[in-house]
Amino acid sequence: MIEVAVTIALGCLGLAMALNLVRLLRGPTAADRILALDTMVINAIAFIILFGIGQMSAISFEAALLLAMVGFVGTVAYSKFLLRGDIVE
Amino acid sequence: MPIVLDLLIALLILTGGAFALIGSWGLVRLPSLMMRLHGPTKATTLGVGGCLLASMLHFAVHGGRWSAHELLIALFLFVTAPISANMIAKAYLHRRNVLRDAEEGAPLPPAPPHAGWATFGDGGTAAKRDDQGR
Repeated sequence: MIEVAVTIALGCLGLAMALNLVRLLRGPTAADRILALDTMVINAIAFIILFGIGQMSAISFEAALLLAMVGFVGTVAYSKFLLRGDIVE
Repeated sequence: MPIVLDLLIALLILTGGAFALIGSWGLVRLPSLMMRLHGPTKATTLGVGGCLLASMLHFAVHGGRWSAHELLIALFLFVTAPISANMIAKAYLHRRNVLRDAEEGAPLPPAPPHAGWATFGDGGTAAKRDDQGR
């Protein structure tokens, strides 16, 4: 039962990341692309966690935690660059 | 009893996947960026929350270890999602109002009377001046 649910949810998340890719390529503004990348990182976190459930391995937890931190820093850096033209002032 | 727990885990996983899909669908379908911010920041964090709860329960029931370290990710995401949404909205407003090279989407709601929409740390006075001069 859980395997079926994990498979369906992985399909949903793959479709969601494809939709994010559509928004990332279409734009139209730079902020849209940042938002699409941010959403894609969050979907990737969910994807990794579901993969860990399917494989019964606890190793994927560290990957998800690292991706959460790096994704947030990346989003803030992109936005800061658009706002100020510089990241670390 | 394990059947009930398995059902609960499967339900949480399906809820998480469905919410992530709905959030990304909203990201594609909604008409302007200020509306597009709503899809991911609400639905996707709820989707990740469902997946994390399912992971906690699953490893407690089937892995034989009880740990709450998945809550770390959930806490971190819930703390950072509003901040990144605010930063993206500020970048959008800045490029739209100050640099004027963004799309003309839905009109912004009126700013408070004493200032414009603040994006650059000056309280929005530059954007307000610009609006009056136009």
